[in-house]
Amino acid sequence: MHKLQYKSFGEKAILIEWQPTISIEILDDILQFKSKILFKKAASIADIIIGYHSLTIVYKTFISNHVEEVKILQSIYILEVTIEKNPHFLWEIPVCYEDEFGLDLEEISKKTKLSKSQIIQIHSEAIYTVFFIGFLPGFLYLGGLNSRLFIDRKSNPRLQIEKGSVAIGGKQTGIYPSNSPGGWNIIGKTPITFFDVENVKPCFASLKDRIHFVSVSKEEFFEIQEKVNNKTYQLQQKVIHD
Amino acid sequence: MIKVLNPGFYTTIQDKGRVGFATFGVPISGVMDSFSADFANIILNNSLEDAFLEITFGGCSLQFLEKTIICISGADFSPTLNQTKINLNTKIEVQKNDVLTFGKRNFGAYAYLAVKGGFQTEIKLKSRSFYQNITKNYLLKKGDLLPILSIHEELSTSNASIKFPNYHFDSKEIFCYKGPEFELLNEYQKKILFKNSFTISKDINRIGFKLEELMENELPQILTSAVFPGTVQLTPSGKLIVLMRDCQVTGGYPRILQLSEKSINQFAQKTTNDTFRFSLLES
Repeated sequence: MHKLQYKSFGEKAILIEWQPTISIEILDDILQFKSKILFKKAASIADIIIGYHSLTIVYKTFISNHVEEVKILQSIYILEVTIEKNPHFLWEIPVCYEDEFGLDLEEISKKTKLSKSQIIQIHSEAIYTVFFIGFLPGFLYLGGLNSRLFIDRKSNPRLQIEKGSVAIGGKQTGIYPSNSPGGWNIIGKTPITFFDVENVKPCFASLKDRIHFVSVSKEEFFEIQEKVNNKTYQLQQKVIHD
Repeated sequence: MIKVLNPGFYTTIQDKGRVGFATFGVPISGVMDSFSADFANIILNNSLEDAFLEITFGGCSLQFLEKTIICISGADFSPTLNQTKINLNTKIEVQKNDVLTFGKRNFGAYAYLAVKGGFQTEIKLKSRSFYQNITKNYLLKKGDLLPILSIHEELSTSNASIKFPNYHFDSKEIFCYKGPEFELLNEYQKKILFKNSFTISKDINRIGFKLEELMENELPQILTSAVFPGTVQLTPSGKLIVLMRDCQVTGGYPRILQLSEKSINQFAQKTTNDTFRFSLLES
């Protein structure tokens, strides 16, 4: 059990906070609490927004008694219910790190004193955890970047970063799911689509899934891209139990 | 169908937005001023879920390719039907080939055009609200054809308009609650926040409104957490941003205030150089 803080957040929301650290153990606790809340109160909830150390419940109607509602949530938190654990997946995401796509590799190499191939090796050998999705539809907040690759955001953000760009910003790594402005350092590009409104589940990855970046050549990149466009590409996935 | 002759400055289809998709990072979107938009739908006896056109600063011109009944609420952009002035907040019957034009701005920023039965554009993730990469279009373009329902009823002769409350546009008081990071502000900052008047800068859009005044700020950034329309963030440079309907679902700047739902609607109708005061509500 964690010591949680409950804060009122406007007329329709309650923010619940864990201590401010990024950890998988906290993510587990957040996801468990989320399941319990949905199990007990789904009908009155419009949305639940998860952050690194927070869970925000947005109700469908105004909260009439904040103190009462917090008491209810506190009692739900300590409930001992067995929640069916959904399996999580490890997704293999092909990334081409060649210079044409890795626009900032040169600069990162200078700043970190690592060679380009070392950067690629360090980035692609880690297994990342999806903490939550925010910023843009399908933008995964990933935990697990090797500290040797921590690098400040660019002082001048780019006005246009291409969809699929794989980047490092501060202590995080991520993929731009659509063309957008952005200030992260670009190290490569993936042909995979992270948000497709036509799919029943617009984003294939769920919270607590794992992401593994696999380095591919330019030829492979374009082959995969064509399959993605024809909707014939099958993402490599493994079920993980933990 | 309605044909777009001139899309104007920024015209979109909106409804109540995409609720329930935050877990995929999808913004709520939806109508900037839901009070005015509801007003138009109520006058037409539409459902409050029906979609309408949201017109920013006027300049828009439309041709009706079939008969329908319309109502315009919200901002006053001097609307005319076949070059004859028409009233806001009133049911108006339009005939095939009639041309509706929005002209000079008298007050407000967002006008709402509702049609009987609502606009019938595509539904994506349970909403017709335009949003880039979710709906095919995210802005109206010249020549677009907007589907509407065919109607067979006649407009009754009693063309009564309902009085729209003036305070909705006039009020200088924006009501809000303490945000999650409010208590991190020092006493001086808190005093300034409620004593001073603030000005809306020229940096405004459906995602958020930046304010002109800078606030001395040494607050730490926070770990990315939930934000929603009406959240007031304090950036490292001391700029205040009031998030609006297209805002992202999470953010990393301290959230110092949260506007009341009623005040979000009133705030949406303000524009560059307008001034206002924050007024604190007890939660």
